[in-house]
Amino acid sequence: MNIYKRSGRATLLATGLAAAVSLTAGIANAADEVIMAVPTFLTGAGAPAFGVPARNGAEVIIEAINKGTLPAPYDKSGKGLAGRQIKALIYDESGGGAKQVTEFRNKVQRQNVDLFVGYISSGTCAAITPVAEELKMLTIFPICGTPRIFEEINKNPKYVFRTMGHATADGVAEAHYVKANMPGVKGYTGINQNYAWGQDSWRDFDLAMKQLMPGVPASDKAQWPKIFSGQYGTEISALMLSKEPLVHNSMWGGDLEAFIFQGAARGLFRKKKLLFSVADTSVYRLGKKVPTGVILGARGPYGIFAANVDTPLNNWFRKVYIDRYSVPPVGGSYQAAQGVLAAKYAYDKAAGMNGGKFPSKDQVIAALEGATYQGLAAKVHMNRSNGHQAATIHQIGILEWDKEAGEPIMTKVTTFPADCVMPPPGVNGTEWLKGGMKGAKC
Amino acid sequence: MRYLDKTVVGLSIVFVALVFADFFMAEWMRFIGLQSLARGAVALGLLVLWRTGLVSFGHALYFGFGAYAAAMLTLIGYHDAFLLVFAGTLSAGVLAFFLGFLLRRYRAIFFALLNMAFSMILYGVIVKTEELGSTDGFSVLTPTFLGYAPEGEAVQTTLFLFTLCFTYIITVGVHLYMKTTLGSMSMAVRENEIRVEYLGYSAEKVIHVKYVFSGLVAGFGGAIMALAVGQVDPDSMANWNVSGEFVFITILSGIGNVGATFIGAFVFELIRTYAFEYAPQIWQFILGGSLLAIIMFLPDGIWSLFSRFRKSEG
Repeated sequence: MNIYKRSGRATLLATGLAAAVSLTAGIANAADEVIMAVPTFLTGAGAPAFGVPARNGAEVIIEAINKGTLPAPYDKSGKGLAGRQIKALIYDESGGGAKQVTEFRNKVQRQNVDLFVGYISSGTCAAITPVAEELKMLTIFPICGTPRIFEEINKNPKYVFRTMGHATADGVAEAHYVKANMPGVKGYTGINQNYAWGQDSWRDFDLAMKQLMPGVPASDKAQWPKIFSGQYGTEISALMLSKEPLVHNSMWGGDLEAFIFQGAARGLFRKKKLLFSVADTSVYRLGKKVPTGVILGARGPYGIFAANVDTPLNNWFRKVYIDRYSVPPVGGSYQAAQGVLAAKYAYDKAAGMNGGKFPSKDQVIAALEGATYQGLAAKVHMNRSNGHQAATIHQIGILEWDKEAGEPIMTKVTTFPADCVMPPPGVNGTEWLKGGMKGAKC
Repeated sequence: MRYLDKTVVGLSIVFVALVFADFFMAEWMRFIGLQSLARGAVALGLLVLWRTGLVSFGHALYFGFGAYAAAMLTLIGYHDAFLLVFAGTLSAGVLAFFLGFLLRRYRAIFFALLNMAFSMILYGVIVKTEELGSTDGFSVLTPTFLGYAPEGEAVQTTLFLFTLCFTYIITVGVHLYMKTTLGSMSMAVRENEIRVEYLGYSAEKVIHVKYVFSGLVAGFGGAIMALAVGQVDPDSMANWNVSGEFVFITILSGIGNVGATFIGAFVFELIRTYAFEYAPQIWQFILGGSLLAIIMFLPDGIWSLFSRFRKSEG
């Protein structure tokens, strides 16, 4: 008897739970808007260097799209995406792949998101790619370094796009720059954070150097500090004592800034030639404290490299951005903005092909596949991986301090064509590097 | 009838209800459910340890180990969910068995932090292994189920059913085990180890058994998580804050009942999901705040709500 009574209560509990679980509350999608999810780092170490500038860049563009105030070549296509206003859901990318996959599913199924423009970390992009394809969700990665997205994880993407070059381009451009500007260099070493990005950056630079400057030896004592360690005393000592004059460095954020302060205090930048592959994220934050005379990259023609790109679109973007956030846009701001512009371009083009009516998802995808559109800093060619992976020009230069203007500037900038630094369509980046970069057009 | 107490009956009813719900649930809810089952399984292991008076700040070690063991099998061409989950569970259990010889000698904060130390060793090893994708991790392809290869939404539906069955068996098993002499020894060890020894039992052996069990279920949770998410990476599988989440869930659930851990895990996921949505910049603050609120107002966890209800009724 007792059991029945008690199990009655349990049934109540179970029914309640089941009812809660079966909740299928979907938010009705207003017919006149496009819901765009924008995941980016809002908390944690990635936020100040990449996440927040990326959010700011995306916000500026989204707002202008909604108001219809984008300058040429986007001034003729009216307000919104194919006439519909963007409702942006900006949220945090931190917490690792598992959490982001959960959030992705939440946004798709519970909040009826129409497209994603976001993700910064390669790890998140790697985790999201299969889910995006499974859920048939248009997803534009504006940043993400790893070439593995379309080389290993999904070789035949339908719904996932990336609107900037991948990390292979960085290593190749850097090696070309070293070859042209330091022909007599006696060797190179590196200090990279010991995690995926640092390991990949060093590997690609090293492989490219072995092809382009085969006689120049790499140090076997490259330094691998832990990510977020913040203390580089021993590593700096080791670098000072190493015989190689060139030091490759792919650090970013707080780690990079700590390294620069500690290195400058010990005269590292006078003794060694530093090559920073993504230090553009910190140049404006460091201000006068930037180490001058170092080789600098921004993963493409973005941020400080775009400071003098004199087009209506870029001038407008810089002005609005600086007025609003009181700092110049960095690489992440440009890259995220470039991703949102891809959506603007694709929706409008698809609407044009659809007789002016709002396009279907498949039409938007068809419009973006293989397209060439105008980014803020350069033209974006979606011509790799079946038209889903972008290639753009790449730039490397020397960082100097402009006393008159009171700001850091790039000098001796070399521009590399996209086909010089990105592997040709259908070719795996690492194999391309190992095989001597066949088919590169420099 | 001896085994058919109200917890078993309750669990069975919830089990059947969820099996039916599986076919009607919204996809996102099913995914949260899957994660709750995976995390709840780990918390179940922690609950057993907790009843023995031990708290581990490092069970991401076994969670990550199980996840990576299952995921690595897919790299060499095995995709059967039964095999993957079995391998993940067993390998984590074996690891717990060997580490148990050392850990069973420690108590309190030493036990907690030594676990954490081992889990961070695993984290460090994964991060340094470029072949396993370092911090980016690698993807796990869709599993098959004894030859059945679901597609689309059926993948999650099947996986949920699969997980549900095993979780049910494990949970009921743990509940019944806790009622046996060896199981009841948990409290005895917690309350007075010396007395246990005088009674002729080895406290260290008791702890070792519980520890291996907690390793097994954590490995199970990890393997399920790897299959559910389709990706393994050290930051969401093996980092110290993952261990923290498990302790969080255990505190949230309370140690009153084995079923509570899954409710706790589910509530945890819901809090996080909504905090993420409504407060994208301060979601950690909300998580922390709710933990604080639980500790202050429900020191025995969510389960104490049910016990209170029962008391007031009685």
